[in-house]
Amino acid sequence: MIVDSAPAFDVREYLRKEMMPHFLCPGCGHGIALRALLWALHELKVDKDKLAVVSGIGCAGRLSAYIDASTFHVTHGRPLAYATGLALARPDLRVVVISGDGDCLAIGGNHLIHACRRNLKITCLMLNNEVYGMTGGQVSPTTSEMRVTTTTPLGNSEPHFDACALAAAAGAGFVGREGTRHVPKLAELMLAGLEHPGFSFIEVLSDCTEIFGRKNEMGSSSEMILRQKSELRPEAYRDTVDTPFRANELPTGVLAKNARPEYGAAYRKAAAAIKAAAAKKGRK
Amino acid sequence: MNAADSPLAARPAVQLVSGNHACALGAVAAGCRFFAGYPITPSSEIAERLSRALPEVDGVFVQMEDELASMAAVIGASMGGVKAMTATSGPGFSLKQENLGYAAGAEIPCVIVNVMRGGPSTGMPTRPSQADIMQSRWGSHGDYPIIVLTPASVREIYTETIRAFALAEKFRTPVILLYDQAIAQLTETVQLGDGMPCAERLWASGAREAYRPYAAAPGAVPAMARPGDGYRSHTTGLNHAEDGFPTQHPETVERNLGRLLTKLDSHLEEIASWECIDCEDADVLIVAIGISARASRRALEQCRSRGLRVGLFRPLTLWPFPENALQAAAAHARSVLVPELNTGQLRLEVERLLGRDRVAGLHRIDGEPIAPEQIAARAESLAKGTP
Repeated sequence: MIVDSAPAFDVREYLRKEMMPHFLCPGCGHGIALRALLWALHELKVDKDKLAVVSGIGCAGRLSAYIDASTFHVTHGRPLAYATGLALARPDLRVVVISGDGDCLAIGGNHLIHACRRNLKITCLMLNNEVYGMTGGQVSPTTSEMRVTTTTPLGNSEPHFDACALAAAAGAGFVGREGTRHVPKLAELMLAGLEHPGFSFIEVLSDCTEIFGRKNEMGSSSEMILRQKSELRPEAYRDTVDTPFRANELPTGVLAKNARPEYGAAYRKAAAAIKAAAAKKGRK
Repeated sequence: MNAADSPLAARPAVQLVSGNHACALGAVAAGCRFFAGYPITPSSEIAERLSRALPEVDGVFVQMEDELASMAAVIGASMGGVKAMTATSGPGFSLKQENLGYAAGAEIPCVIVNVMRGGPSTGMPTRPSQADIMQSRWGSHGDYPIIVLTPASVREIYTETIRAFALAEKFRTPVILLYDQAIAQLTETVQLGDGMPCAERLWASGAREAYRPYAAAPGAVPAMARPGDGYRSHTTGLNHAEDGFPTQHPETVERNLGRLLTKLDSHLEEIASWECIDCEDADVLIVAIGISARASRRALEQCRSRGLRVGLFRPLTLWPFPENALQAAAAHARSVLVPELNTGQLRLEVERLLGRDRVAGLHRIDGEPIAPEQIAARAESLAKGTP
């Protein structure tokens, strides 16, 4: 269990201390997610020199700069595509992607579904705070129905995306979801994702206190985190039997797992066959 | 592997291939070991050829989900330390621009082939065009340096592809190989080069504490850290300081962006490449690239046989434009003629350098190349002072 390693885990070993203080707002859940990731990497005894973290644009995208590893802060929505090139070219590296809900599901949605389908060994974290925080609080593909944002002044009328269902349907080797309210559980899930031999997709339910929470009068950070247990998700509006606790709480934990071949290994196997055939042809 | 066992060793040194296949062969010869692409006419033969050739040399080929992703994957592979390339045509080239800007700003070497076809938008996929001359220079947002090479024969596609990698690695910049559909699908013989130099980029060495990813004197190219070598550096598309981390400090931005934007300036002689044919005594100087340069060459012969003093200036390095070379070549010309498959993109640059008074254009946008006779007729009227 990951909790056993808690006393030996010092987050400062994995952070770029010269980058502190960080730029996240007070109460932002992304720092909790980052800590859970570093904890899982610690548990795995990952060599920092062999760790590559690729991140996109937005609040989540800025996290890579705080990790003491080879880090790449790339274009909006494209971290999975950059990571695909990096992981294929350098199978000796451990490649982790940090993305947000807008980065991963809106502008980067195509890359997500194909990364899931391709099943290359990359661990993708999608930090879902339901909003474009960096740009000031616009509606995102995961914003719950009727929530107010700077571009949905009357409340969001678009249904939100279930990223995990999407990833599982697209064939991701490992899919899981956890909130920031259970840090050991979150780290445990990340550890399981990191250990999976294929593509792993982990949705982290995070919170944007300063912008999304303020706009929707959701209270302090701790109150927002507690809402992860109650009426935060649109499912609350369906089949609700007992408010504030809902019967159909958004599922968490490992949601899908399959043993499809990992793409990099499959490619190298096919490539070896092409090479052997060419060598045979050359000898004739 | 011993050289005699190499799958490449069995291949004849002279091959009859298309321009696109020559590009693929040149890439492998240059040490390219990663290609990511997306199918698009008329460049797909490059991807098809490399999907077989790269595994033979322990390289990786991947067909990505879209043009954006293939450009991104190429940069990702290059950040991992592997020479990488993608190939596309106009509509795909538009989509490449986003990540191409990242490669320029973060100084990630890579090669992008753009086989020009008609436009705008979907245009004429199987017809030649030369209308991406300005996009190849200015296609992504912001100011950035770029190198663009314009081969005009199958053999030259092979050698210029190798040169593209050499320049990309040396100067840590994207290099665009820009040629038209007519040359891409033309078939000619190519002498496969042995011992072509495979330039290697400057890798970080020495103590981690002393390494600063973007610290370099003006005109110098900073050493790059290879993941796994222990430097654990940060790369970003944000404006960054010498340490690689984002900054908005005006003096730091000015210094670092200034170095980026001028990094090619003190190497222009090394980067520039052009061909001059009969320029010395030319009354009329033709300036052309690609298929239009080939037609111009024939037109020049026709004109010379009629006693007309016509010359040809053909830039192989299109950007940065070989300014001094053109000005020298045109020193005595009374008229300058720019035949091209667009409505005046190359002419605009020539006018900038030589003034508008003596520059005339000859443009064709109907999907057909310009015939040598058309160029010869125009050159003749210019030579006789009757434009």
